Amino acid sequence: MLANLRQVFRYRALISSLVARELKARYRGSVLGFLWTFANPLLLLGIYTLVFTVMMPGSRAGTRIEPYALFLLCGILPWTWFQTSVLESCSVLVAGGNLIRKVLFPAEILPIVTVLTGLVNFAFSLVILAGFLVYYARPVSPGELAWLPLIVLVQLTFTLGLSLLLSCLTVHFRDLRDLVGNLMTLWFWGTPIIYSVAEVPERFHRLLALNPLTHLVVAYQSVLFLDGPFDEWRGLLGLGLLSLVLLGVAYFVFDRLRDTLAEEV
Amino acid sequence: MPAVELRDVRKIYRRYGRRKSFGTLKSALLSGGVLRNLRPDSTFLALDGVSFDVAAGRTVGLIGRNGSGKSSLLKLIAGIGKPTSGTVHVSGRVSALIELGAGFHPEISGRENVFINGMMLGLSKAEIVRRFDDIVAFAELGDFIDEPVKTYSSGMYMRLGFAVAINVDPDVLLVDEVLAVGDEAFTHKCLEKFAEFRRRGKTIVLVTHTLDLVTRLCDEAVWLDGGKVRASGDPKRVVDAYLLEVAGAENQPTVGPPPEAVEPGSNGAGRWGSKDAEIEQVELLRPDGQSSHVFESGQPMRIRVRVRAPRPLYDFVFGIGIFTADGVCCFGTNTDIEGGVPRELSGAGEFTVDIDRLDLVAGAYKLDVAVHRQDGVPYDYHRLLYSFRVASPVKDTGIYRPRHTWTFGGGIAISQPPSGGQS
Repeated sequence: MLANLRQVFRYRALISSLVARELKARYRGSVLGFLWTFANPLLLLGIYTLVFTVMMPGSRAGTRIEPYALFLLCGILPWTWFQTSVLESCSVLVAGGNLIRKVLFPAEILPIVTVLTGLVNFAFSLVILAGFLVYYARPVSPGELAWLPLIVLVQLTFTLGLSLLLSCLTVHFRDLRDLVGNLMTLWFWGTPIIYSVAEVPERFHRLLALNPLTHLVVAYQSVLFLDGPFDEWRGLLGLGLLSLVLLGVAYFVFDRLRDTLAEEV
Repeated sequence: MPAVELRDVRKIYRRYGRRKSFGTLKSALLSGGVLRNLRPDSTFLALDGVSFDVAAGRTVGLIGRNGSGKSSLLKLIAGIGKPTSGTVHVSGRVSALIELGAGFHPEISGRENVFINGMMLGLSKAEIVRRFDDIVAFAELGDFIDEPVKTYSSGMYMRLGFAVAINVDPDVLLVDEVLAVGDEAFTHKCLEKFAEFRRRGKTIVLVTHTLDLVTRLCDEAVWLDGGKVRASGDPKRVVDAYLLEVAGAENQPTVGPPPEAVEPGSNGAGRWGSKDAEIEQVELLRPDGQSSHVFESGQPMRIRVRVRAPRPLYDFVFGIGIFTADGVCCFGTNTDIEGGVPRELSGAGEFTVDIDRLDLVAGAYKLDVAVHRQDGVPYDYHRLLYSFRVASPVKDTGIYRPRHTWTFGGGIAISQPPSGGQS
């Protein structure tokens, strides 16, 4: 297992080239170029803003979450990264079956590339977020901003773990992909993205806390949206540890199933 | 130390799910227990105790019917998948030409694909930069290298895939039937590249159905049948044994007695075939008609062969081949290659081959004599069974000794002009 891990490290140049290839291949030959990646989060943003501030203005009466569009963006952007990475990982090994059957190279590179491509897109989308921050004249203190890389790192670890695990399991259980697709909708609504934790009745707080993504999204919101010092580090630390364990377990499972992949994809 | 070492290799493929081609989580949960579904319902024995070595620098051909386990074995040697039991040991860098251009992305340029594909095959970026021009030159792409791969013709695609894989510069090259897909020019280029590999002492393992390629290119052949090694050794002998079996399976009942078991000689010498026609006597004659084993270089040689067919045959080819003591083919031909159309061979017969000038350098040579069907299935194959010596007063080297003369001019003075080929 360790030898295989080292091998993944040896292939880092390949990983970076594959990420570049993914990005290039996706944006080449489309007029709007890389803006397409942000079409979906921006569309979501527009819809939710329209519904909750124009069509149902009463639903947000009494909350102090303003501007709502900015709040939404803080949750939607990381969610988009998470969701696309996990969903794509569910099919990445089957789609790359030709490679796994015909070329000797570590299969885990494929889900890793998927997650890292998502990370690059996420980094680009932060530019949009920055634009919103400027537009609404919401300065972010450097002290809080310093937390951002750590939050991204935790999300990367968590997403990588889940993606690795699902990518090798979907090879054996093809319907897992449909299951995950449906669970994602549930997960989205179970995460404080379009509502804030403060709005949720007290008795649901513990339930929300069980969702790992809650801590992540809250951390983003805390840094980029809420005023005051960053005080979500306990949740973030806990999630970080959980993510490391998840990644370890996922890699172990992947490694055990490795030899069956070439036969099953 | 062998470049490839296989010891009692078994490979069992598992099939999951009796009714379905693949398992689903839903069915796994419904039938109780995810783990149970991970257990195979049936197994398929693809390789059953295969053992052989490939010495470094040798070229080995794997032959056999479809489904005999050739490709499975090649994948195990490549490291794609592990044997169920037994060991596979390969020393040195391996490159597998299993599918050319596997992993090319259609949307990006050939240049970027070369880099990504090269890295997948284990090259570093610097190594690819160094070999990039060679790769593009071999692939004959020119300016197309910066176009997206989806715009390539299938020939360009294959050439590029081949060029990348071959430029990995492996110690062990594994080839799976890739030559079958290209046109003449491409096949020719590939064969040249293989020849260059052989000269540089690299090891090649070749899976192919082009049996002609095995006899021409390989030092050894391994015949796989039902996941087991059926025969291995001298390529001609193994290929003919395989051909005989295939012919036997085609027209039941068998055309003749089973191929005679031949003790492989030190360098593959032996005799085999269905014996529907038999070579009874082979004589080498000097110009004066005397049977001999020693011939002067540049003098005539006559090969006289007596054959007998118990029943009339209408499909037959006579062939001869001259080899050096090391097994290098000096010359080989047959009546089919030279345009002869068989009419009938029945009872006793005789044919002679007259060589007007035996332009070979001094040394020991061996002779193949054969009668076989037009599709190569042997009636009687005498492999390296006859030997003769070529004597010459001149101690020149090589194999072929063309008739030649020296002339001098200008300020060169030679007291006794060299006699050249005029012996």
